[in-house]
Amino acid sequence: MTPLLQVRGLEKRYGARIGCTGVGFDLYPGEVMGIVGESGSGKSTLLSCLAGHLRPDAGQVIFDTRHKGPVDTVTMAEPERRMLARTDWAFVHQNPRDGLRMGVSAGGNVGERLMAVGARNYGRIRSTAEDWLGRVEIASDRIDDRPSAFSGGMQQRLQIARNLVTGPRLVFMDEPTGGLDVSVQARLLDLLRGLVRRLGLSAVIVTHDLAVVRLLADRLMVMKGGRVVETGLTDQVLDDPQHAYTQLLVSSVLQV
Amino acid sequence: MTDPVIHLEDVAKTFTLHNQGGAVIPVLERAGLSVRPGECVGLVGASGAGKSTLMRMIWGNYLAASGTIMVAGTDVARAAPREILALRRGRLGYVSQFLRVVPRVPTLDVVAEPLLDLGVPEEAARARAAELLARLRIPERLWPLSPTTFSGGEQQRVNIARGFAHPSPALLLDEPTASLDAANRETVLALIEEAKARGAAIVGIFHDEAARSRVCDRVVNVSDFTPGAA
Repeated sequence: MTPLLQVRGLEKRYGARIGCTGVGFDLYPGEVMGIVGESGSGKSTLLSCLAGHLRPDAGQVIFDTRHKGPVDTVTMAEPERRMLARTDWAFVHQNPRDGLRMGVSAGGNVGERLMAVGARNYGRIRSTAEDWLGRVEIASDRIDDRPSAFSGGMQQRLQIARNLVTGPRLVFMDEPTGGLDVSVQARLLDLLRGLVRRLGLSAVIVTHDLAVVRLLADRLMVMKGGRVVETGLTDQVLDDPQHAYTQLLVSSVLQV
Repeated sequence: MTDPVIHLEDVAKTFTLHNQGGAVIPVLERAGLSVRPGECVGLVGASGAGKSTLMRMIWGNYLAASGTIMVAGTDVARAAPREILALRRGRLGYVSQFLRVVPRVPTLDVVAEPLLDLGVPEEAARARAAELLARLRIPERLWPLSPTTFSGGEQQRVNIARGFAHPSPALLLDEPTASLDAANRETVLALIEEAKARGAAIVGIFHDEAARSRVCDRVVNVSDFTPGAA
């Protein structure tokens, strides 16, 4: 099987300071990888480099495209990369406001992404949007409301619908459950798990919440100071951490 | 004789506690174990001897320091994460002592999930889950609820139903009869006997001696693998 994503020797510097360096991994179709580490560990920088939001200073991010097979997205032409971002990739921001258009209705937010890939039939766009709002448990009578009238949890679910409507194969998530109530988090986790399984999505999830990665991620990468200090199966890294930093991270979690 | 499904050879385990002065604690060495289809092997030994540690190394959430851990064709001690995930999906089942689930997910779905992950159609997966929950006496009115609010014994039975949902060729059981009443204990022992009859290779930890002597064909004393014991 060809990996969906192959990352090699990725590095991003901010002047003399290291954002992330020496990062490499393979992600296979259907796999969910978690990236954990404290603030400033480089996990968000890494995610931005993977998703094409930041240009890395060195390294390759090779994505298995539908038509041309594995292509390095770092050296790819900008229009091509934008097309990927609209079709095969999705990016779920921590703050739904960064991923939604707040002045546009819920249905419009979902439909807009469909139109960006060429959908023109209004009736079909609306019914697809309705279907997706249903899948993320937003009642169909809210389709014409603006996201500003939604709760934080609903906004996050709307952002997920907007991202997944074009049938992406790879989803990047930056703290997708951060800033939400615990009960809302649980609902979102359940939703994400179901979608990942039913649609066969691959995902890279950045979070500092170890409970979230235990439930969502198959594999885990632990970052510190811009470097990957440990990788492995999620339950192995959490139950039998090998690196001093991971041991500290795991033992610092309060038991509930 | 058929080949073993689970075969451990010369397995060692050490823990290095980096944040406690870098203390290195050897826990097991020269551990060996072999389980054939239809066989159940009980792990015995004093508390702290390493029964759970050995079981976790077979599951793959503890790393072996050395040795080989062959489970249904995969060397867990060397396999890549995705190979271990594939092993757990189709060939290796585990009933742990703790139920870890996404809150809010209905009990029926928690039990059906291993089957859904294998691509079993939803209806068939739910029917199998319902059958097991009924056998384990979880009242039907609880099936739409999340098991996170259930009693310890109920959670244990949900965990067992989940572990037995898919007929894995290899199965790990950590105290499957602990905290169960007599009737449910009997059901669990019957499930284990049925799994053996269909050819499953089982490694179990049972503090319940009567249960152990009923379902285990042999026992392995983990204290024999304590470093410096030989």
